[in-house]
Amino acid sequence: MSHAASLEHGQHGHAGGHPPTSTGLDHKKIAVWAFIGSECMLFASLISTYLIYKDRSIKGPFPHVACNPPQCDVARPAILDIPVTSASTFVLLMSSLAMVLALAAVESKDLPLPAGAGAWTRALRSSKLWLFMTALLGTVFLMFQAYEFTSFVHEGLTIRTNLFGSTFFTLTGFHGAHVTAGVLWLLTLLAIDFKRGLGPNDAIHVDIAALYWHFVDVVWIAIFTLVYLIQ
Amino acid sequence: MAHHDPHHAVPAAHGEHTTHVDHTAMGIEKEHPTWGTYWKVAVFLTAITIVEVWAYYIPAWVNSRAFAPSLIIMSAVKFFTVVMYYMHLKYDHRLFRALFTGSLVIAIVTIIALLFLFGKIAIRTGALVS
Repeated sequence: MSHAASLEHGQHGHAGGHPPTSTGLDHKKIAVWAFIGSECMLFASLISTYLIYKDRSIKGPFPHVACNPPQCDVARPAILDIPVTSASTFVLLMSSLAMVLALAAVESKDLPLPAGAGAWTRALRSSKLWLFMTALLGTVFLMFQAYEFTSFVHEGLTIRTNLFGSTFFTLTGFHGAHVTAGVLWLLTLLAIDFKRGLGPNDAIHVDIAALYWHFVDVVWIAIFTLVYLIQ
Repeated sequence: MAHHDPHHAVPAAHGEHTTHVDHTAMGIEKEHPTWGTYWKVAVFLTAITIVEVWAYYIPAWVNSRAFAPSLIIMSAVKFFTVVMYYMHLKYDHRLFRALFTGSLVIAIVTIIALLFLFGKIAIRTGALVS
């Protein structure tokens, strides 16, 4: 049975049975950690390329300093918009919180609610709510990025303008593509949750999606500091 | 390597009931944090982010030599907080720790080596010579 079919029918864990492994660990989780390790190296190469070519652009716009003719056609301020990016960083951090709450909700789904549980306790147990919140916050982050890219293009910075443009769009574009893949993954889990409900037996599948999502978050933590804040 | 009963179900954080989460397959060695801890971590991450952005707008701090190192340290603290608490590396099987840490070390060493190679960072030996 394929992974998708297995997930669709809720047959996993010891009850539905993946075969025992030599480590006792689920192969999917080991594979995701190995994948995350390889992704560390991918982003390390992109970040180092950005840092190596930082401040080597002959033509503007520049990230942290104003640009005046003849480096630019017209005088332009520093192009990075720190308040907007700070807001998008906060959004991504909160999406990580929502993701970990989604996993906790799936893991504890078969536990009875305490007597007199309020709306907040019920909300904490709702995997649908937290999966939706994570996907929503991820989408908001992507909208921030689309706004940033569009405004840069309007201000004369494209991937072909200068070294800063090439390395910046490549690095943040790769990250944005990863966020997009993560949002699609979350929406798939949300659809399955609506169709048949995700329970503790599905925790491993939500866990590996969560690992990927948190990795996307930690990569942004590094990018925010190295690209946006350090001048 | 820790040994687990493959059919063991770890008690949930909230009391006597148990879940059907396969803790062994998921590599969970210690009980994961509660919701309260996750919220505290979120507040901590937000606070560091605010300090980082606040530092960006202080010209004297930006022009000091401590600016970049302080931001990198704050960023590293955020990075490892997410990895330890949200990705549960602090609580899960050591094989996951080895897979991630090994790759991360290679990645960081690669970045530093390339920055040295292309002259973006250098070790100043003049002070030692004089």
